[in-house]
Amino acid sequence: MATVPPNFPEIKQEQLKPYLHDSIVVPDELQGNVLITTLDKVYNWSRKSSMWPLLFGLACCAIEMIATAASRYDLARFGMEVMRPSPRQSDLMIVSGTVTKKMVPAIVRIYNQMAEPRYVLAMGACATGGGPFKEGYNVVSGIDKYIPVDVYVPGCPPTPEALIYGLLKVHEKVERQSILTVPWYRKDQSEFVPVPRLGADIFDPRQVELIKETTMKKPVEASAATTGGGDAAAHAAGPKAVSGKAKSRMEEAKRRAAAKRAG
Amino acid sequence: MSATLVAEAPDQTQTGTLADVLPGVLGTTSDDTDKAYLVAADKILDALAYLRDKEGYDFLSSVTCVDYQGYNGKQRKGISERFDVVYHLYSTKKGGGHVVLHAPIPSNDTIASATSLFPGANLQEREVYDLYGIKFEGHPNLRRILLWDGFNGHPMRKDWKEAYFDEDSKPFRSRHPKGSYEFHEDKLPWGKNATYPAGWDPDTWQAPVAYVPVSQAPKHLGEAHLDTESIVVNLGPHHPSTHGVFRMLTRIEGETILALEPEMGYLHRNHEKIGERNTYLMNMPFTDRLDYLNSMSNNWGYALAVEKLTGIEVPERAEYIRVIMAEFTRFVNHTWSIGFILNDLGALQTPALYAIEEREMILDLFEEVSGARLMCNYLRFGGVVRDLTAGWLTKARYLANDRLPRALDELDRMLTDNEILMARGRGVGYLPAEDLISLSVSGPMIRAAGVAYDIRKAEPYGVYDRFDFEIPTLPHSDIYDRYYIRLLEARQSVRILQQALADIPGGETVGFGDYASATLSQGFGSIMGGKGGYNLRPPEGEAYARVESPKGELGFYIASDGKPNPWRYHVRSPCYINLNALGPMSVGYKLADAVVILGAIDIVLGEVDR
Repeated sequence: MATVPPNFPEIKQEQLKPYLHDSIVVPDELQGNVLITTLDKVYNWSRKSSMWPLLFGLACCAIEMIATAASRYDLARFGMEVMRPSPRQSDLMIVSGTVTKKMVPAIVRIYNQMAEPRYVLAMGACATGGGPFKEGYNVVSGIDKYIPVDVYVPGCPPTPEALIYGLLKVHEKVERQSILTVPWYRKDQSEFVPVPRLGADIFDPRQVELIKETTMKKPVEASAATTGGGDAAAHAAGPKAVSGKAKSRMEEAKRRAAAKRAG
Repeated sequence: MSATLVAEAPDQTQTGTLADVLPGVLGTTSDDTDKAYLVAADKILDALAYLRDKEGYDFLSSVTCVDYQGYNGKQRKGISERFDVVYHLYSTKKGGGHVVLHAPIPSNDTIASATSLFPGANLQEREVYDLYGIKFEGHPNLRRILLWDGFNGHPMRKDWKEAYFDEDSKPFRSRHPKGSYEFHEDKLPWGKNATYPAGWDPDTWQAPVAYVPVSQAPKHLGEAHLDTESIVVNLGPHHPSTHGVFRMLTRIEGETILALEPEMGYLHRNHEKIGERNTYLMNMPFTDRLDYLNSMSNNWGYALAVEKLTGIEVPERAEYIRVIMAEFTRFVNHTWSIGFILNDLGALQTPALYAIEEREMILDLFEEVSGARLMCNYLRFGGVVRDLTAGWLTKARYLANDRLPRALDELDRMLTDNEILMARGRGVGYLPAEDLISLSVSGPMIRAAGVAYDIRKAEPYGVYDRFDFEIPTLPHSDIYDRYYIRLLEARQSVRILQQALADIPGGETVGFGDYASATLSQGFGSIMGGKGGYNLRPPEGEAYARVESPKGELGFYIASDGKPNPWRYHVRSPCYINLNALGPMSVGYKLADAVVILGAIDIVLGEVDR
């Protein structure tokens, strides 16, 4: 039994129904010449069809990003072959590779310089969550600790096919947005992400109070400060301070483990 | 136990005399696979000068440091101090093996800098200072290099613990306590990978003054030169010309470069610290990510070092497979690099698209045998992880005999006589051969300066001594020659490939001929005298092995304390050390040339910063 193919125009008409106004009546003789659609659709179609990525490579994933743009995978099919080195001219930041503490201030600054609408795609395991280098002392465990990310592409490195899939997901996200609700036409919606600073270790200016609570709690120990005692303060205070998010995650994990044992 | 050691040490006659005549020698390390001389720290310059001037060891390959605190619960034989700076020297004229010097560092953590004898020690000593806190007296510019000024502590010291510290060695027992998992982020109040010393106040903390390079007026600008104000121009770390995240601080006058300082560490992924926590086998996929264009060569360097340490034999078929993979990799790297030199010259994208066309076909071959395009993780200690697939050789032969030579011919036709390439490349970035050698530069860079030094010939590893190939050299040591030498080397790679693919033992038949040694297939325990096991435990000792990676001399230095994790794991990265020459090569040329000079060094930041 071959399944009957759904009647595509009818389904499309059904989807468009809420947007079609009764007041617009297209005469029969113009039916072939006039298209009626929504502003959102045109707006989003044009945005997604000429989305320019930032020419920005961090590590190994950048090689696969170049391969994606090269002749075999041909990113030009999606209107994305124009990579702009300037953040002012680009719409999409592909964070392709390991984000290190030394690099993250530059990345946040570049992100702040991008004009809205802007999107961020975290490519690969490192940009998503630190990847194989997560435990390293100079590695940021995921760029989403600092800037908002729209799409994550797993892999180490992701193949060009995976990257293209992720880029199409960005396109889908663009298509779902409405000009009425997007933040960049609203007042006081966009904020700069504070640029993290490199002190004794990297710190987020928003977390200064939190850091001071830990480091200033104990009397100053000269030995810990001078002889590479990088662990001293953090590990002393570490396990006690557990955030709410972490608690819920741990509880969920325990529940899952219990369910697994029971089932 | 140590009966299995196979020492590829320098020949005995030479070492016998050296121990007597070397200034400041305290003794030799006898329990090692690599024989090393212990030299008093205050006599190290005399010893290095003796080796350079009298014995012809003109190439200071590697300078690194080992921290022996807590070593196996006791002191290592012959080494009494905590820190030990290790020098590896080679001879570019004679070829052959190395001389290893160990200098135990006195308690004030200070040793004389070797930069006066070997300017190539510059970046490596800065790295040792950064990661271990050893101060090199007389170093011209001893600043942190991979981390930033003001970072707390020296992270490679054994007592320095990172924020996400679990245990000293893997596998961690704490991974799944009570059946659930915990995120490291959740254990720290700020939810990020950071750790702050007690008493550190982010409010009152002051950032150190940013470094600016001082003017080093080039010789050709004489006294009569119009005195204008020089400015500092920064390139990077986000800049399309820097091949990743690299930063160049330049001081320019007009457009002429007066001084250029490389700034790196933007991709410092703590390879060595993680490598010391890992087991030996766990490090193999990490080596893929060093020079991420050439994972197979990196695998080989690491496998060689461990095989040297443990004495694992490699079967013939595996040796041929390794050669084939390494030469394919070299082809990929050189065409990639040619394409991107042209990119840096302003021929944006088009030459690069032509140059990397064949790369995809080679990556398909890699994917077929290893499962991954870039991060192949294909080699193992004592062989390769699995045999070639059916029909692989046919495809590889088609590439090597037909497709790749044609691709090189095409590049040659398009680029070699190109007027712009000549105008921009001829005479730019010149540095004489003796300067390059003293700066520890290796690989295509010195061969473009007329030095026929290639590890595949100078100290053959694998089965390279069986193939008929040449080391191409070019005389001018400029950008044009650095472009053209890569084309010539890629031709030699194709030549080796054709021979290796024709001669490979076992041929097309899958499963005929061993692709891995018996120790690998039975588990590593068998060579350790015990029962078969997954974890390799090399005997106590140290080994340094090097391969001719497409970028230059890639070396791995491993010190073992007999446990499943390396005590010290150091990568002698060709890209990093070749950058020694960037400043001297760029001074006197235009700022736009610096971009191409960097491109012609052919760096990969994963290997520069590690």
